[in-house]
Amino acid sequence: MRLLYKLGDALRRSFDFLRRDKKAMAGAIILFILLVISAFPNWFTPDNPSAEIYSPGAGVSWAHPLGTTSFGQDVFSQLMAGTRQSVMIALIVGFISTILSVGIGITAAYSGGIVDDVLSMVTDVVLVIPTFPLIIVITAYLKSASFWLMVLVLVITGWSYGARQLRVQALSLRNRDYLLAAKARGESSWYVISVELIPPMTSLIVANFLGAALYAVLTAAGLQFVGLGNINTQSWGTMLYWAQNNEALSIGLPLWALAPGVAIAVLGSGLALLNYAFDEIANPALRPVSKRRLKKVGA
Amino acid sequence: MRFLVRRLGFLFVALWAALTVNFFIPRLMPGNPAESMMAKFHGHVNPAAIKALEVAFGINNHQSLMASYFQYINNTLHGNLGLSLSYFPIPVSTVIMRALPWSLGLVGVSTIFGFLIGTALGAIAAWRRGGILDNVLPPTFIVISAFPYFWIGLLCVWFFALTLGWFPILGGYTETATVTWSWGFVGDILWHSVLPAFTILLTSIGGWILTMRNNMITVVAEDYVKMARAKGLKPRRILWQYAGRNALLPNLTGFAMSLGFVISGAILVEYVFNYPGLGFTLLQAVQNEDYPLMQSLFLLITVAVLVAIFISDIATALLDPRTRASS
Repeated sequence: MRLLYKLGDALRRSFDFLRRDKKAMAGAIILFILLVISAFPNWFTPDNPSAEIYSPGAGVSWAHPLGTTSFGQDVFSQLMAGTRQSVMIALIVGFISTILSVGIGITAAYSGGIVDDVLSMVTDVVLVIPTFPLIIVITAYLKSASFWLMVLVLVITGWSYGARQLRVQALSLRNRDYLLAAKARGESSWYVISVELIPPMTSLIVANFLGAALYAVLTAAGLQFVGLGNINTQSWGTMLYWAQNNEALSIGLPLWALAPGVAIAVLGSGLALLNYAFDEIANPALRPVSKRRLKKVGA
Repeated sequence: MRFLVRRLGFLFVALWAALTVNFFIPRLMPGNPAESMMAKFHGHVNPAAIKALEVAFGINNHQSLMASYFQYINNTLHGNLGLSLSYFPIPVSTVIMRALPWSLGLVGVSTIFGFLIGTALGAIAAWRRGGILDNVLPPTFIVISAFPYFWIGLLCVWFFALTLGWFPILGGYTETATVTWSWGFVGDILWHSVLPAFTILLTSIGGWILTMRNNMITVVAEDYVKMARAKGLKPRRILWQYAGRNALLPNLTGFAMSLGFVISGAILVEYVFNYPGLGFTLLQAVQNEDYPLMQSLFLLITVAVLVAIFISDIATALLDPRTRASS
């Protein structure tokens, strides 16, 4: 009963937050629409995205709102069908990376000493090694990256930034009185970490999830664009690959190459806008200043 | 001094990690794809070259993993990176040296300009809190940062090169031009670099603007800024000499951390424009299954990033006594 009440309270507070913050609201609406499209792509397009049945290289028309590819596929259908993979990559990589970041960052901060030294060193090394060339080399050996392989590579390279941030924040909380009190009560480390330490860090953790998801979407698109993804699946990145390989821009089919990029950016902006809003929660100084306060300060 | 030693120590650990990762990647791959590559070269290549490749990729070798690991590190430290397969028999180092100046010029210059312009814009935005810049810049660049780097490149190609015809579509210089140090040729190079440089600038600038703005907001609230105002100093002087200087410091560290990200984006930008730098060479090596070239490029890009981070660490320490004291 109490849990239900708490859940309801959390929901109500997040709705309040969305109503107050326009950026967060825009981000949430974008993500919701994309989730619906990725769950039910058929609602939005009647066509089979890979069928090569239309006149190739057709321009914009009612039947083909974004024209067709030079193979005679409907670009709009491909766009709708490709939504699912990008959304899945964002959610799955974001989720697993965040768990890793929280685990490693908080363990380091909470344990201190040699454990902290080693974990921080590993985090910093992973952070500074340029990940994209590394991912290119790994996937080049494997010829092309399947969905789960891509998830794996993106998680391995994507957790370090969040772990570093969370460690710093956890360090600043570690010696607060309420944590010391919990320890003095004889609570287990597990309890102290999960009940006392993590909840105040929620907004930073959510911001990290969104950041990792954005990283995953953009990196996956880049890999697929150069042909290192599975080029036979439906995704925005592979659309870009086929468009580039058939010189869509110079043969007068710019929409084929430009539309998937816009789609990636729409998903990315949704994540980035929400991320920005959560940054403002974590750091109140960044919140927009109200007109009234501005006048009073006289700045 | 202790700070310098610590940062040097970190530089070496990171370099060692990159070398080690580089050594183990081909050995951990299922079915060792390098073996099929070697099969193509038996008979065409002198035995010494084969031997070096075998050490690098761990094929047919009867020595222990440890022994070949040390031999590999020794080879790499002596600049012996092996032979490129796609440009055979040119050594990998020669291929890299050909591409390096292009990347240094394009990515180096546009990154530094991006940092300077972005930092200045961020500082001004925060200074006039609630002003036009402060309201327009952050949301604009949040949206731009969500676009894939390479896609902005595609857009530039389509609009400025194909539709308007203002700039060349691809390449680092006109293929038919004679390569000399004449003004005409240098101009041609600059002409070709405008679009890729603009792409990198546009996509990297948002990060600098946002972080500088956020630092600046905190700094502007500090007492010494109020004091400077109270003393009646000119706002411009307070902005740059009091607040700006101090807000810049965390951004320098950020510069180091996001450099890897900028380089990654630049790889794809070079690919879009067929710009003859390291990133384009890397992706060509991937297409040609030129494993020695590919791995050396990864190593070189890593070394470049790590050295740049080291330099920016030293710069931060020189500018900010607190970093020296706290370490």
